[in-house]
Amino acid sequence: MTQPIGAASDAIYGIHADALRVNRDRLSVLAANLANADTPNYKARDIDFRQVLAGVSNGSLTMARSTGSHLSGTGAAAAGVVYRQPLQPSADGNTVDASQEQARFAEAATRYRASLDFANGRIQSLMLAITGGR
Amino acid sequence: MAGFGIFDIAGSAMAAQSVRLNTVASNMANADAVTGDPATTYRALHPVFHASRPDASGNAGVSIAGVVESTAEPQRRYQPGHPAADADGYVYAPNVDVVEQMVDMISASRSYQNSVEVLSTTKDLMLRTLELGK
Repeated sequence: MTQPIGAASDAIYGIHADALRVNRDRLSVLAANLANADTPNYKARDIDFRQVLAGVSNGSLTMARSTGSHLSGTGAAAAGVVYRQPLQPSADGNTVDASQEQARFAEAATRYRASLDFANGRIQSLMLAITGGR
Repeated sequence: MAGFGIFDIAGSAMAAQSVRLNTVASNMANADAVTGDPATTYRALHPVFHASRPDASGNAGVSIAGVVESTAEPQRRYQPGHPAADADGYVYAPNVDVVEQMVDMISASRSYQNSVEVLSTTKDLMLRTLELGK
């Protein structure tokens, strides 16, 4: 019985591999918000982490195909991206609140770091099992 | 890999903000450059920010759509003793609002700092990712 490589690494890293991916995408979205903090008419966006992570984990983020001739989607990263509801929109149509974006960016970076530590822990446990503590 | 897109986004934001700082510097430097002809008087420069074309995951950096001259009229001052005064004794000072320029400068430098912060956080996360399992 053969097992695809992706499935094997999923068994090692569990949900943390997907969490890393989603957090990385979220960091990109938030970085774009911060970059466009002074751009007129730019609308701030964010990723609904819980929804996207659930979708990535059970594969429901890929496009539904009703016939075999439809192209399969790649589970685009753009899925689950929502526009932020502005707290105090500015006159130039920009909805980026820099301090809020900074806080979210710090949050996403911390989550990314946490997932990384969990993945590292898995690897170390495996190494311990393989080497027997020598 | 999507993660490297953050470097492009933050880089474009830093480039745009430094153009903004340059225009502020130019405006401040010329704030007192009076002439005897309103047509040749220095006019304040303002960069126009524009969200650049989004990458594959829909995240946009910043580009400069252009640098426009202020349309406000130069200030007319009655200084008949001034060597550059016109036949009626008037000189024309640039329409630069120094307070507005200072505020613009602070805003630009804050945004620049934000981008630097995004860059260094992202770099740190990616280096940690590279060291996964070590």
